[in-house]
Amino acid sequence: MSGLPDRARVVVIGAGIVGNSMAYHLARLGWREIVLIDKGALPNPGGSTGHASNFIFTTDHSKEMTAFTLDSVRQYKELGVFTQSGGIEVARTPERMEEFKRRLASAHSWGIDAELIDPARIKELVPYIEASILLGGFYTPGVGVVDSLRAGTLMREAATAMGALTISAQTEVTGIDVADGHVTAVRTDKGTIETGTVVIACGIWSPRIARMAGATIPLTPAVHQMISVGPVPAFADTVGEITFPIVRDMDTNMYERQHGGDLEVGSYAHRPILMSPDEIPSIAESAQSPSELPFTDDDFDLQMEQALELVPEILRDERVGVRYAINGLLSLTPDGMPILGETTEVHGLWSVAAVWIKEAPGIAKAVAEWMTHGTPEIDPHSSDIARFYDHHRVAAHIDARSAEGFNKTYGIVHPMEQWASNRDVRLSPANIRQRELGAVFFEAAGWERPFWYGSNEHLLAEYGERVMPRAAEWESRWWSPIVNAEHLAMRDRVGMVDLAAFAIFDVLGPGAMDYLQGLVVNQVDVKNGRVIYTPLLNTAGGIVADLTIIRLGRDHFRVVTGGGLGMRDKKWFTDHLPPDGAVQVHDLTSSLYTVGVWGPRARDLVQSVTSTDLSNAAFPFGTAQTVEIGGVRTLMSRISYVGELGWEIYAPMEQGLRLWDTLWAAGQPFGVVPVGIGVYATTGRLEKGYRAHGNELELDFNLVEAGMTRPTVKDAEFVGKAAYLAQRATPPAAILCTLTVDDPTSSTGIRRYMLGREPITTPDGTFLVDARGRRSYVTSAGSAPSIGKHVLMAYLPPEYAVEGTKLAVEFFGERYPVTVAVVGSTPIFDPENARIRA
Amino acid sequence: MNVLVCVKRVPETGGRVTLTADARDIDTRYLGFTVSPHEECAAEEAVRLIEANGGSSTVLTLGPEAASDQLRAAMAIGIDRAILLETDGQDWDPVATAAAIVAAIQAEAAAGVSYDLLLFGNEAADSGDFQVGIRVALALGLPCISGVKSLEINDGVATARREAGGGWDVFEVPLPAVVAVREGINLPRYPSVPGRLRAKKKEIERIVPTAPAAGLTGPAKIRLRLPAETEGRVEVLGTGAEAAPAVVDVLVRIGILSA
Repeated sequence: MSGLPDRARVVVIGAGIVGNSMAYHLARLGWREIVLIDKGALPNPGGSTGHASNFIFTTDHSKEMTAFTLDSVRQYKELGVFTQSGGIEVARTPERMEEFKRRLASAHSWGIDAELIDPARIKELVPYIEASILLGGFYTPGVGVVDSLRAGTLMREAATAMGALTISAQTEVTGIDVADGHVTAVRTDKGTIETGTVVIACGIWSPRIARMAGATIPLTPAVHQMISVGPVPAFADTVGEITFPIVRDMDTNMYERQHGGDLEVGSYAHRPILMSPDEIPSIAESAQSPSELPFTDDDFDLQMEQALELVPEILRDERVGVRYAINGLLSLTPDGMPILGETTEVHGLWSVAAVWIKEAPGIAKAVAEWMTHGTPEIDPHSSDIARFYDHHRVAAHIDARSAEGFNKTYGIVHPMEQWASNRDVRLSPANIRQRELGAVFFEAAGWERPFWYGSNEHLLAEYGERVMPRAAEWESRWWSPIVNAEHLAMRDRVGMVDLAAFAIFDVLGPGAMDYLQGLVVNQVDVKNGRVIYTPLLNTAGGIVADLTIIRLGRDHFRVVTGGGLGMRDKKWFTDHLPPDGAVQVHDLTSSLYTVGVWGPRARDLVQSVTSTDLSNAAFPFGTAQTVEIGGVRTLMSRISYVGELGWEIYAPMEQGLRLWDTLWAAGQPFGVVPVGIGVYATTGRLEKGYRAHGNELELDFNLVEAGMTRPTVKDAEFVGKAAYLAQRATPPAAILCTLTVDDPTSSTGIRRYMLGREPITTPDGTFLVDARGRRSYVTSAGSAPSIGKHVLMAYLPPEYAVEGTKLAVEFFGERYPVTVAVVGSTPIFDPENARIRA
Repeated sequence: MNVLVCVKRVPETGGRVTLTADARDIDTRYLGFTVSPHEECAAEEAVRLIEANGGSSTVLTLGPEAASDQLRAAMAIGIDRAILLETDGQDWDPVATAAAIVAAIQAEAAAGVSYDLLLFGNEAADSGDFQVGIRVALALGLPCISGVKSLEINDGVATARREAGGGWDVFEVPLPAVVAVREGINLPRYPSVPGRLRAKKKEIERIVPTAPAAGLTGPAKIRLRLPAETEGRVEVLGTGAEAAPAVVDVLVRIGILSA
């Protein structure tokens, strides 16, 4: 245990729950010469783990977070440090009761045992609660608490027993050396360790440590207030740490939980109190620990009153004293997700940060797998550090969004809910025109993208009931019937879609073709001017991305991918570059503007402003050409994500406004409508059965299941080929299908429209589970105005993946009948793709 | 009976004390504030005396507006009212502090409020001057007992004890009197939630004390100096059951167990 080695295979910095879990999982996967260091003393080095309330509620609307949490519970149980207490999230408002119905649907989708209970049942389970102020609860019997410090000790011991781990506590990192973009050593106050791999598991200190290597981890320390009161007479006769279920008072952003003879009351309701990682006191300077700051009671006043309402029996008792009160520091991120993976700035430098107790062992397992063979079992794409653009890495963004997100910790967050802070970060060159057209902007990767246009309101009269108006408030939120009107107008005439948010990078060099051939599934050895749509796999055959590639020359390819995960895709491309420099990747995201023109009149429109022959013969589907439009030299690519004749048109960013204006003016005689992302990403896409990464496409599914196989597999080797061939030789465990909602009418006579992630069941409510144990749930949902139905995509076990099969979908506590309309990738609208090829 | 407790807001240090750049103050950026343990016990003693004898308790401090936190903390465990002698945050030495407290007590007396007992902590947690209580007693012509670890009030007489070698010094003084207590006289209670909420809603009476005239003040503070740190040494005695004999040896050596 003593003495710092000169050299290590990997140095894990931070011995909280994350670092301990990392050391253990790396050891388990065969890593040796692991060194774990922490500036504090063990077992509690003074970070957030030491003051955590240590309880675990399992259901999250995010599949990824739920998967990490469920795996963590499994691991904590194996370690013998999990005490099951059950947990009840209680509602004081009708809105919260509705949210619980939605939460129950998520629990069902992710396979968690939970139920809605009435106040009497809550009182039965938690006798000291004031049930009269409650409307009901969401009860999860599997909720519990863990001893996270003990778990850490056990994991260190296990790794040590494997002969894999050297631990050095009270060792402070003073620097991280980097050479040629790769980490080479960790310097500490007790000596320097040469290593090619470093894991930053430093919680609230992570940004500071990363900066030593020139990398960024965009999180901020923030205060979470907690008090502990006791001795509680009601707990006098209980044995052990916890007997009564943990209560989360969702509408007040608080929790109340038994801790031995005490009751802990914690809050996410107070004003966001952020700190800079550089302001955290040292261990020596701290009265308690660096992450336990002096309690600021003014911030807790309101919560005290609210807690008194919920547990008056305990808190009104004058004999029960406030024995401990802290402002505990924890990590917040600008999008609320953890920050995992190799940093984009420094090879060999890994971040496992902004991870809470409830998900730490599961995340550590996934990251260790990622570090070992690149194929984590649970897809971490929403948590990938590579998701951040440069504009995400600045304090103004981190602080604004973390503060805004803090009070949503227990919030009712709509799946389309937009951030209010730090907007207008990235603007399309046509933004000024879009504002004039009354665009309602949603944000993607910092870009302000029109979701629909107020100027299209007149279309509502034109299309009447075909816009499928929504009466229920929930699915009308962040939505407008104008979306569906734009959709119909595009299908009838022609629409212009702003696509400035695309991430675009050029792949150049003598090795470009061979490199791409080895990276993507589909054939890239095509003629110049061909457009290729292709998925990308990891070595295990999991789906990493899907995107288009345009071959512009012998040694020149242009990759176009979605903005949301564009930087992650870019890292995938750059990580696979050959070391000899024969290929380079150039990021053109901020250089190229993209506008889509689609619809039956798209050719007429563009032809009216160019002399280039745009006829089907001269410019067939799946090709790209350089075309001059109104004095702007553009690249036009004849593809479509909405299933219409038309093009993606790329132009220099600074000429984007001119291109937009030219097309807009030219479009007037053809009835052009500005079309928002509501159509592009949902209605147009779903009618065509196009899969979206993060919805249908993720590591959890393969191309066979997704119905994306082609008749043959190219001869060339590519990442994941062996696994892909094996997948093709095996019957799929589930098949992606498009379903239509037969009757959306609820029991109260209101039409309801699912938004995604709802469980699919048999008509009598039995959940569908495939041979790999995965439940069927809605991967995408939206209107299909052209066919007048609400459509859903879902992976179904083969026995249900039969056209015409009657099933049901659970939505806000009711089941709605659905029918399997399409099995596989055939579009539900225009199945022959006649429009695209027109 | 009426009891007045005087407290002082001080930084709540737990770890290494650091000084501000000019070395004139403790760096309190990361620190909370509290009162000394002696003063916590004084407040607790006041609450108990009023619970037993009836009457009213008052807490008084001289300090900045932020010192209301310490007054509310005292009210949260049951002190009835609070007086803040509000300063602009500059240090007041014991001479000036005692003078301001005396003036406040005299003003209270003029308004018809007199105190039977003035409780102080034995010394402040930061400056440790051991003076304010004694100076107040002197100025008001009251008897004063310091270092008190036990206090009883019967028929207008205070019986106070303080540790003296292996035994006790026992004092009896007529009220009104000044008593400076030491930690250990009682075990202060934690505030209850209702107590905290009540304290939040209570009025704090504010008085702006007259700044001391030049020449009356005591020695001026030039700067602070930190004592040399004594390096702590950690010795691992062993792990598991094998460590037990070594632990027993240590416990015997420091007098917790007898051999």
